[in-house]
Amino acid sequence: MQFDRIREKLNILADAAKYDVSCSSSGSTRKNEGKGLGNSHTSGICHTYTEDGRCVSLLKILLTNHCIYDCLFCVSRKSNDVKRAAFSVDEVVELTMNFYRRNYIEGLFLSSGIFKNADFTMERLLLVCKKLRLEQNYNGYIHLKTIPGASDELIKEAGLYADRMSINLEMPTEAGLKLLAPEKSHNDVIKPLSFVQQNIKQFAADKKLIKHVPKFVPAGQSTQMVIGATPESDKDIMYTANTFYKNFSLKRVYYSGYVPISNDSRMPVLGTQPPLLRENRLYQTDWLMRFYGFKVQEILNDANPNLDVDIDPKLSWAIRNMQHFPIDINKADYKMILRIPGIGVMSAQKIVQARKFGKLRIDQLKKIGVAYNRAKHFITCADSPYQLKDYQGTQIKAFILADSQSKYIKTDSNQLILF
Amino acid sequence: MTYIFDGSFPGLLTAVFEHFERKAAKVKLKAATVFQPEAFSEHLYVITDSEKADRVWTGLQKKIKRDWIRKFYCSYLSEIAEAYDHLFQFAIYIFQNEAGAESNYGNDHVIALSKYAKSVEREKHRMEAFIRFQHTADGIFYTGVDPDFNVLPLISNHFKNRYADQQWIIYDLKRKYGLHYNLDTVEEITIDFSKGTNSKNPDPILLDGKEELYSVLWKDYFKSANIVARKNTKLHIRHVPKRYWKYLTEKQLS
Repeated sequence: MQFDRIREKLNILADAAKYDVSCSSSGSTRKNEGKGLGNSHTSGICHTYTEDGRCVSLLKILLTNHCIYDCLFCVSRKSNDVKRAAFSVDEVVELTMNFYRRNYIEGLFLSSGIFKNADFTMERLLLVCKKLRLEQNYNGYIHLKTIPGASDELIKEAGLYADRMSINLEMPTEAGLKLLAPEKSHNDVIKPLSFVQQNIKQFAADKKLIKHVPKFVPAGQSTQMVIGATPESDKDIMYTANTFYKNFSLKRVYYSGYVPISNDSRMPVLGTQPPLLRENRLYQTDWLMRFYGFKVQEILNDANPNLDVDIDPKLSWAIRNMQHFPIDINKADYKMILRIPGIGVMSAQKIVQARKFGKLRIDQLKKIGVAYNRAKHFITCADSPYQLKDYQGTQIKAFILADSQSKYIKTDSNQLILF
Repeated sequence: MTYIFDGSFPGLLTAVFEHFERKAAKVKLKAATVFQPEAFSEHLYVITDSEKADRVWTGLQKKIKRDWIRKFYCSYLSEIAEAYDHLFQFAIYIFQNEAGAESNYGNDHVIALSKYAKSVEREKHRMEAFIRFQHTADGIFYTGVDPDFNVLPLISNHFKNRYADQQWIIYDLKRKYGLHYNLDTVEEITIDFSKGTNSKNPDPILLDGKEELYSVLWKDYFKSANIVARKNTKLHIRHVPKRYWKYLTEKQLS
């Protein structure tokens, strides 16, 4: 292996792959059979974190950054003047094996620019997977990009070797996508997504009847949307996410704050800060939908098309719906306890178990892990102080903001500046 | 009354046995290493007895669910002085109450154990993530670590299942013992690091020639994956606290 050339390729192709934010290595159940190398960890393992605080769990690289498309939001677009490189299949296999053996990574995330055509690209990706699984007896995680437009046979075969497959929606709405990538459409994504989903269902159904069915994309599918490149509202974004979760049983939708990489007038200019706070609020909403039993319509609707900047969406919902509060911790349903700001899934579960042994007090709630200073405005428990006044939602918001400091908003606008 | 035990797991279980045998009233448990005699309080040295310990252990397993057996063991591995007393009191509380008492998160010992167990499991998970093997000249993948808690017993299976086709050693430099997987079983070992002082007495760990190349490639990858416009040092350090940097290949200056 010519060392310097490999180094250069790795730098180019890792750099080009980093804007794909999907990082998880969870959800698969692959075991290490026949004393080979590697297995899946159900909850995934983040092996390190880059200086921007994002986790590194997989070796995330492109096979090549040569691409026939010219999508404005992409660094590897045809018209962009960047260094191009391509790995050979064996180089990717060797890198993956050697990184994995040293416990650097949890597996491989392989994507690619489209060279020649979709099938040609997909074939190469498939070849890497097959070499790893069949020749190297590798059972670690593989996240593979489905190349839109690749033939069904290739996609189906890839599904037999990959743990997770994904295709990016790129822009939250069809209109946004048409603006920046006229050659693409959401339908290019929907077709392969639903093809893979049907196959996952088919394999699961077969498994009920036949004892030995091979694994097919055991960790499911995911997608990604770029946030802040086009003028969609938070409502547009989350409604799209919701539809895709429902229709294609996706495991994850990722939201990637747009990092300016182009000087085109249709996009935010170079040097604009990526919308980190907005990204954070969208993920909070995503979590509320998936783990807290909220419907997306409760959080975002025509009256509230965008998420609050200064408070999180759960608190924001509570303040708009004060008629449900205060909630009696010792009597309320688990579902309602989950909706209290300052109480998470773990605390809610502990509360429901612990209250069988006696009414819970404030000191116990604190020990269980409830953020009491936040939750106190919305609950009553065994020794809650008696309250005469009935505070309005806006007043409670002011109380909470007064004793908390946002990690995003560095300068408090209420503070006078002397010099 | 204070019971003093030798710090071993069977020792702790024996103490629980003694408590029920002697029907003493208020008892505290302390490890011999931290015990200081008190003027107005009696104390008793508990002599570890594997038979008594086994009876208590089987009893506990009948009384609490499997996840709590694990929490109990994890809390012991934390090696925190106060944890021993909480474990002791927890066991007594469990034996004195109906089955299911472990889910009473209003109880101080229950909540203490669940917290210790959480810390230990977190450290275990960090070891699974942050361990970086180096390929040695004799073909073994080696790493030295010094985890906050004694987590080697907890990570042994993970590494055995995952790296089934390569020999590896994980050595706890703080507790001076390690695990060696010989392609078949995992064994406990000790390494004499006083070697390596002269040429007749070679260093026990000599690296393979290709090791340097892969560590450089990994450092390169780590740099390339970073998005400078999103720099967030606070978050970075929260995820990878500085005390772990010494293990991490990507954090070493080249």
